Amino acid sequence: MYNKTYVLAGIIIFVALFTTPFWTGIMSGSYQRPAVQLPANEKECVEPVEYMRAEHMQLLNDWRDQALRNEARVYVSSTGKKWEISLQNTCLKCHNNTTEFCDKCHISNSVYPYCWTCHIEPKGKK
Amino acid sequence: MNNSRRTFLKVAGVSAFALTTGVAGAAQAKIIGTYEQGDKALKAKRWAMVIDTRKFTSADDYKPLIDACHKAHNVPAIPGNQEIKWMWLDHYDRVFTDDMNANLPDKFKKGMFPLLCNHCTNPPCVRVCPTGATYKMHDGIIAMDYHRCIGCRFCMAGCPYGARSFNFVDPRKFIADPVPNPEYPTRMIGVVEKCTFCAERLAKGLRPACVEAANGAVMFGDLDDPNSDVRKALAENFSIRRKPSLGTQPGVYYLI
Repeated sequence: MYNKTYVLAGIIIFVALFTTPFWTGIMSGSYQRPAVQLPANEKECVEPVEYMRAEHMQLLNDWRDQALRNEARVYVSSTGKKWEISLQNTCLKCHNNTTEFCDKCHISNSVYPYCWTCHIEPKGKK
Repeated sequence: MNNSRRTFLKVAGVSAFALTTGVAGAAQAKIIGTYEQGDKALKAKRWAMVIDTRKFTSADDYKPLIDACHKAHNVPAIPGNQEIKWMWLDHYDRVFTDDMNANLPDKFKKGMFPLLCNHCTNPPCVRVCPTGATYKMHDGIIAMDYHRCIGCRFCMAGCPYGARSFNFVDPRKFIADPVPNPEYPTRMIGVVEKCTFCAERLAKGLRPACVEAANGAVMFGDLDDPNSDVRKALAENFSIRRKPSLGTQPGVYYLI
């Protein structure tokens, strides 16, 4: 192999640069779960909290298709409770402070959904 | 060389097996609830509207209907040729373009007639929509899913009634803040919108906003039910529809 030292040094530098995101990730400590502000007066969400945390985007997607395309505007949850399918009139009635609830997780996970270009964002209690 | 091809095929086979049997798909979301229609929802096989134009004497008489509609759906008031129309007025010769009779009474020659989406049985807008953003529901309503709309405006070219409007600018700038109806969303720049026969009100057991504001001059009901208001009105009166020769079968009838 010609220029062995240069080639090997080059490879090492490339690998080090390529994996910097991992190194900075490991150095900067563990991920802190953002402290979302839960609704004060409401104890029960549409589904259990673990499910909502992991699958709320899928649920909202499904809600939209069912309500808009099948005229099925009532969701019967796994506990048997009935909910009106509506982001504005069901979800946001309890989660009425989007900066303290939605944005907290979305920003720390670099997710930027554009819900509020159409849906009316609640101003939240001051 | 043969050996590496063999390994590649093995890996490919196992991956295909995993994908098709759901080993890899296990992470996919499950919807754990079920869906149903509301108890109070108004149901029909084919919603239709009959507008008794004889009960309206001037353009001002239609104003409460248009205001009720535009308030209920947060329709922006944009001046000029970028206006958003859910319900609007126009002259007889531009509403019933097939009627070429030049010697009509003054009330037709000069009068104004209300226009809205016809919710056709054979909707050209639905046929041309490339994303399925506009579609026909089981009850005959031509609905829109603004999430899917890419703003290509094929539907506007397809609609022979001009019932669709494009948001050339951000509509929020032309709607009062707070919005007139905080229970209903607005639209965003780059999507097409139109009348929805108030599907969201029907789901709650309410009749469309314009029908409620018309005090009986506009009827709304199931065209497939012989005892409905619309069928009775059509059986007792002479009615016309817009551009019947196109074969779109509009769901909005006019008593003249």
